Amino acid sequence: MKKTYILEDLDCAHCAGEIEAAVGKLDGVTSSTVTFLTQKLVVEVEDAKAGKITKEIKKVVKKFEPDVEVVEK
Amino acid sequence: MSKKLKKRIRKVGIGAAVYLAAVLFAHFVPDRNRYVELVLFLAAYFVIGGDVVKNAVKNIGHGQVFDENFLMMVATAGAFFVGDYPEAVAVMLFYQVGECFQSYAVNKSRKSIAALMDIRPDCANVIRGGEAVEVSPEEVGIGEIILIRPGERIPLDGVVRKGNSSLDTMALTGESLPRDVAEGESVISGCVNLSGVLEVEVDKVFGESTVAKILDLVENAGSKKSEAEHFITKFARYYTPVVVGCAVLLAVLPPLAAGGGWSEWIYRALSFLVISCPCALVISIPLGFFGGLGGASREGILIKGSNYLEALADAEMIVMDKTGTLTKGSFTVSRLVPAEGADERELLEKAAYAESYSNHPISSSLRKAYGEAAGKEIDPARVENAEEIAGHGVCAVVDGRLVYAGNGRLMERQGLQPLPAEEIGTVVHVAEGGKYLGYIVIADEIKEDAREAVDGFRKAGMKKIVMLTGDRKRTAESVAEQLGVPEVYSELLPGDKVDRVESLLASKSEKGKLIFVGDGINDAPVLARADIGVAMGGLGSDAAIEAADVVIMTDEPSKIAQAIRISKKTLGIVKQNIIFAIGVKVLVLLLAAAGMASMWAAVFADVGVAVIAILNAMRAMK
Repeated sequence: MKKTYILEDLDCAHCAGEIEAAVGKLDGVTSSTVTFLTQKLVVEVEDAKAGKITKEIKKVVKKFEPDVEVVEK
Repeated sequence: MSKKLKKRIRKVGIGAAVYLAAVLFAHFVPDRNRYVELVLFLAAYFVIGGDVVKNAVKNIGHGQVFDENFLMMVATAGAFFVGDYPEAVAVMLFYQVGECFQSYAVNKSRKSIAALMDIRPDCANVIRGGEAVEVSPEEVGIGEIILIRPGERIPLDGVVRKGNSSLDTMALTGESLPRDVAEGESVISGCVNLSGVLEVEVDKVFGESTVAKILDLVENAGSKKSEAEHFITKFARYYTPVVVGCAVLLAVLPPLAAGGGWSEWIYRALSFLVISCPCALVISIPLGFFGGLGGASREGILIKGSNYLEALADAEMIVMDKTGTLTKGSFTVSRLVPAEGADERELLEKAAYAESYSNHPISSSLRKAYGEAAGKEIDPARVENAEEIAGHGVCAVVDGRLVYAGNGRLMERQGLQPLPAEEIGTVVHVAEGGKYLGYIVIADEIKEDAREAVDGFRKAGMKKIVMLTGDRKRTAESVAEQLGVPEVYSELLPGDKVDRVESLLASKSEKGKLIFVGDGINDAPVLARADIGVAMGGLGSDAAIEAADVVIMTDEPSKIAQAIRISKKTLGIVKQNIIFAIGVKVLVLLLAAAGMASMWAAVFADVGVAVIAILNAMRAMK
């Protein structure tokens, strides 16, 4: 299934790329795209893993950009 | 300006004041205490760059070594270490000022791009129980009546049930002329109602409405990334470690070899660290593409991804369907040829009356031409016994006299000798009471801007401009000649079009791209097969929006030439930014290694370049 998140206060374009790559490596995620300008993260995740993916994404984002708030849309 | 940014600016301001005090102290107080001086500079440093140090420490905890905060911290701490206090603080100060400016510029461009796409309706006034209730557009169901006052944006697609008005479709099509609507006509969400109050019966829920589809398409366009974006992401991944590695070597090897001069070489290495953050580079590329996509959508050109915007610039072949793309797909009377002893007015009048009972497009074009020429409608009382003669035409009694209208064979059957018609299009011969009146030519109309479009393609450097059509050879060649299209394939079945596009694809150069333009209704396979599928007349056609990579909201083919221009301009800006940013960084790295550039130059190469590149990227939007 497809999930969309807003990455509030995402300021650093390079970090956006790192977040995209790291989220893409999470278990169950088949595709991950961060659009720096719309501050959006779109992930394609296996249905079975979808339940706890939000928590894992938040963890990844905190690691790269502690100031960014992840809001599920 | 965000709260976070304001706070940051305030801190930098206070820090700058402390810094000034420290510099004055260092300059004007004789026999000053070294330690007091150090403390003053350290105070300024922590006010300005405390957050950077804090984030750096935090990120090391997360295992993030090459983080820009960390690099700045090491660079400035190093400067303290080699005794350049003022410079250490200054570098941090300028880094922060640059970051603030960068953040401001990014926010500003985010906002202006968002404003371009500001077509989302906030609310709908739905009539429930005889009263208009304000609800969110998502809550309105199919079949409900919504009220739209002048100045309001139409929230949902529907059909006008009451009222007349004109609509501003600018936000959707880039078209500045308002469009008139009356009862029974469809209206599309996203347009602004200009003059009258409208009551509209909703025929699509919000999620399915035009405005939602367009917003979805535009917002997701950024996620289909271009080659240039992939390149820069990859580049950034290697850039930082390589520069940091060079910095370490620079700090260690030369002094070891020369047996001294440590602080000089460490200083040079520190400049490397300042330049090593790739953020500046990475930011301006997607911004340029986004600006281009936004600028195009303001013109009514929806491009579904940065990759297609990039591909448009490499296009070298354009293949177009004739009907609906270059021609209007509607028939009009193009020529009246009366026989001797007859006149045009009579010819048209008899034909229009004889055909007045038919629903065929040819007949309606005759009625329309008559209506325009005579300024009055058909009077049904003047026609009797209208009858269709299969494969030939019609006959009817008009004003008491028998009129035949149809092809040449129909005339011959009546023992008449029709004039030979050489014109392109459908020919209708007319006879009245045993006398031949002449013939009328009915042709598909070429769009007003079709010629301009073809010229635009040539100017844009298309190596091949091709027209495909299922129409007759003579008609096709005539249209091609009028428009200056050099290559035509006619009498094609839908399957033939795919084959034709396949063979053209095989003949193009490796990097070149093929554009196919159609109306999106029955050419989905070809649209999909081409490198870039462009659908015309997207406004109101879901099929077109789904099938194509680029959707032209209006019927104007010249917009495709414009899309190519926008694409070339955007790519130009992106290339400038890549070359400029990498060029300046490499130059400053070389100068720093040679000891000819100070840390000041390094800070400019980092944030200064970023700001210039962002400003340049914003040009893509215009």
